[in-house]
Amino acid sequence: MSNYICHDHEHDGIDRRGFLKCMAWAGTGVLWTVSGGVLVSKTLAEVAKTGSSLPKATDLSFLQISDSHIGFSKEANKDVTETFKIALDRINAMPTQPAFLIHTGDISQLSKPEEFDTFDQVLKSCKTKDVFYVPGEHDVLNDGGKLFRDRYLKSVEGKGSGWYSFNKNGVHFVGLVNVVNLQAGGLGQLGDEQLEWLEDDVKGLSAETPIVVFAHIPLWAVYPKWGWGTDNSERALGYLKRFGSVTVLNGHIHQVLQKVEGNVTLHTAMSTAFPQPEPGKGPNPGPLTVPSEKLRSMLGLTSIQYKQSKSALAVVDSNLS
Amino acid sequence: MIQISAKSIENMITPTPKIKTAALLCAISLLNFSLFALAGEMKDADGTTAKQNRIEIKDFAFNPQKITVKSGEKITWINRDGEPHTVVSVGKKFQRSSGLDTDQEFSIIAGAPGTYEYFCSVHPKMTGTIVVEK
Repeated sequence: MSNYICHDHEHDGIDRRGFLKCMAWAGTGVLWTVSGGVLVSKTLAEVAKTGSSLPKATDLSFLQISDSHIGFSKEANKDVTETFKIALDRINAMPTQPAFLIHTGDISQLSKPEEFDTFDQVLKSCKTKDVFYVPGEHDVLNDGGKLFRDRYLKSVEGKGSGWYSFNKNGVHFVGLVNVVNLQAGGLGQLGDEQLEWLEDDVKGLSAETPIVVFAHIPLWAVYPKWGWGTDNSERALGYLKRFGSVTVLNGHIHQVLQKVEGNVTLHTAMSTAFPQPEPGKGPNPGPLTVPSEKLRSMLGLTSIQYKQSKSALAVVDSNLS
Repeated sequence: MIQISAKSIENMITPTPKIKTAALLCAISLLNFSLFALAGEMKDADGTTAKQNRIEIKDFAFNPQKITVKSGEKITWINRDGEPHTVVSVGKKFQRSSGLDTDQEFSIIAGAPGTYEYFCSVHPKMTGTIVVEK
């Protein structure tokens, strides 16, 4: 990666590449500071205009929470319900409430109805009421995700195992499911039916439509040996290549990591429950126990802002300490 | 510690120790059962515990990864990770487990001779093999 500034669109002395290099460094640190930074997408003005079929994009702010693991009570965090509450308190304390939340999966630890009940009960305290969900593998342990779909996909038109899309403020959102029908020896799985749907779903959109994709397991090969990746994710991203701004939001690995491929920015969020080791560090990807005074610094949430005036999409991670 | 026992795919059988062996042999003779799972602990006719084949799930791996057992023997998995795991047969040749929490067990009784592959449906990189001999 070059150290030279190539594209200083914002005239702030840093280009996206350089900024991401900083982000990559920060993301691999043990401690994540209160504001992880701002990710600036390629300016939409750069994208060749091909005519927009969507209403003109306007400012939008939403929030990603992930990996609540309600029901978990082991050493790494004996009270995940409490840390989830703290995350919601942080959202409630924001000067401007986000338009909606996205939960990127692993609501529960063991797919138990009582775990989902607890989550729903605690969530009632959140001022922001609209929440969009995709399942994590912990939410679909015993029934292929039926209970999850019955509870959390009521307000959307879920297809297949529960994927869907919607538009907000001119931004096109796609929720994908990559934790169902996993195959022996494989990674996260999208499957042909879902991929064909995705291709069709974005076909009619103009290239300047900002795209946000969210799914539980990272849609890139973070660390396949630990199952941190998704089979066929390249095919999915291939359908999105022509768009000027694509933001992919994932969970699963309980830490902030980023990767950029062309106009596609892939980002993983912290958990509200417990941290996991950096890729390949340690014997396995299980819950990471850290000193109790350090725990909240490794839990957090992600705020995403689309500012039409700046033609930029910003992703900011905040921890709970 | 919680003991989870699989139910047979087509019918639940809860035999007494005396009829268990007969029931098992009968079941094995039915070719539509590849592996057969019974509820309750498996004991042989004279009351001693049959050979225990234990597979420990630790550090996101089945250990031993490959196990050879005799038809009729019990196989037990125990999860020693802080993360839940499952035991799922490739090709659905035997009853799958539910999500096993830390220290939870899951058992099946080996049925017809053959090689059976299985994996954890939560972490599909985790795979194992059971070889059942006569």
